[in-house]
Amino acid sequence: MSILVFAELADGVVKKTSLEAVYYGAKVAEMLGGTNTVIAIGNASETELAKLGNYGATKVLHAGDSKLESANIMAYSEVLTAAAKSTGATVIITAKSSLADAVTARTAGALKAGVVGNVTELPKLDNGFSVTRSIFTGKAFAETTINTDIKVLALKKNAITPVTSDSAAPVEAFQADVNDTAFGAKITETLKATGTVPLPEADLVVSGGRGMKGPENWQPLLDLAEALGATTACSKPVSDLDWRPHHEHVGQTGVKVSPNLYIACGISGAIQHLAGVNSSKVIVVINTDPEAPFFKAADYGIVGDVFDVLPKLTAAVKAG
Amino acid sequence: MKILVCISSVPDTTAKIGFTDNDTAFDSNGVTYIIGPYDDYALARAVELKEQSGGTVTVLNVGTASSDPQIRKALAIGADDAIRVNAEPTDSYFVAEQIAHIAKDAGYDLIMMGRETTDYNSGVVHGIVGELLGIPSLSPVMELTIDGDKANISREIEGGKEKIEATLPLVLGCQEPIAEWKIASMRGIMSARKKPLNVVEPVGETLTSISSYSLPPAKGACKMIPAEEAEKLIELLRTEAKVI
Repeated sequence: MSILVFAELADGVVKKTSLEAVYYGAKVAEMLGGTNTVIAIGNASETELAKLGNYGATKVLHAGDSKLESANIMAYSEVLTAAAKSTGATVIITAKSSLADAVTARTAGALKAGVVGNVTELPKLDNGFSVTRSIFTGKAFAETTINTDIKVLALKKNAITPVTSDSAAPVEAFQADVNDTAFGAKITETLKATGTVPLPEADLVVSGGRGMKGPENWQPLLDLAEALGATTACSKPVSDLDWRPHHEHVGQTGVKVSPNLYIACGISGAIQHLAGVNSSKVIVVINTDPEAPFFKAADYGIVGDVFDVLPKLTAAVKAG
Repeated sequence: MKILVCISSVPDTTAKIGFTDNDTAFDSNGVTYIIGPYDDYALARAVELKEQSGGTVTVLNVGTASSDPQIRKALAIGADDAIRVNAEPTDSYFVAEQIAHIAKDAGYDLIMMGRETTDYNSGVVHGIVGELLGIPSLSPVMELTIDGDKANISREIEGGKEKIEATLPLVLGCQEPIAEWKIASMRGIMSARKKPLNVVEPVGETLTSISSYSLPPAKGACKMIPAEEAEKLIELLRTEAKVI
């Protein structure tokens, strides 16, 4: 039985969510009795890729053709499909992301494979092959059986906590014939905030709502985020008002997050916002309104003015 | 410009989620259904493109007759005609196969839909459609302009966006801020009644099946900390919750 994991690279480094997928793949390989091959596409050093052995990779295939440096959805899905065929993979695992979701979809289409997204647990094998997945934006779960020989799983962040070892994985070059038409859609520019962990991958998130009263008042929130090493986020009204960029919008129609800590500052907690954050391990709510619905979903709450509370929290973190 | 917009019919985003039949079926009792919020963005942009450059917008839904009110709403917003594949949308591959079957040989320049549905959230239908049709698929698309057979697209990535140039035909999974949601006018609602809604039978097969549903465990009580002692929160996050 062969497992294949798609390891996504960002600036030559394997993304944290992909490390979780590699470890998940190792566990599935243990359950099914097989190998856990990883395919990495794009630019990365052999040393970086060999480290995937720490997470349970038995072998790493590296498709490092210069044409693949740019994260092209169609080309990447062709490479992943070719790797699946080459290795005879019966379970293909990816970690949810903007790129991986699109690549996963085309790969499942190419292989006519049953595909399940937002997987939260290891599979159950007692009656076929079934997985638990998060649905209704985290408001429920569905136990889903995949009835095809090849199964494609997209893993939700924090679904599994890797335990690492000192093992290194052998790295082999992987050459796939990618159709020229795959490069018909050309990336002309990438505009990306630097210096912070991307929101879907963040373990710590500090988020602001209309209670911040305007974009000019964001500094106390930014200060706390910097002190914690957290990524910043916002509610939908805030991004609609252009107080903060759209990629920070967390909620049912925005980014869904599963951090270890989500601190909501001046957010009342509309059901659509809760849907985007309810997979957080710990939720802190700071709001002047003691009746704010968000307190019902919170683990810790402070009824108070964010402009008084945030500097105290920042000072306490720095005093550490 | 010939555009196919695929819409889902989903529970309102404020709906209380529950299950019935021993947790094997969604409890739709008292639930209002709407056009998928992401699909609404795709529809709005498609109608704008038609208004700018001419052409047609066809709406496609895979669903039972219970979806007809959402299809009529899409027609009222500005679509010209509609197709409903008469089947429960049980599985991503199955839905994609219906869309690809309808679109094959029909000559659509754009096949647009939401980046994902807000019920099952898989976000893979557009990609499977693109693969089945052998044309590019891009998602999540937040900006789209068309110049002849060229599309200029902004796609959201973690912490930013990337700009892409592509040639039609394309499959796009859309999200805000690609367009402002449109509200149907009274004239649109009246004219929608007369627009064609063709019902066709499904093809293909379902590759996955759901055996049971469950809800997350209930949250415990929120531990409140007085605002004047806010710094205690950090201590609790360090020593009790162990998350920082």
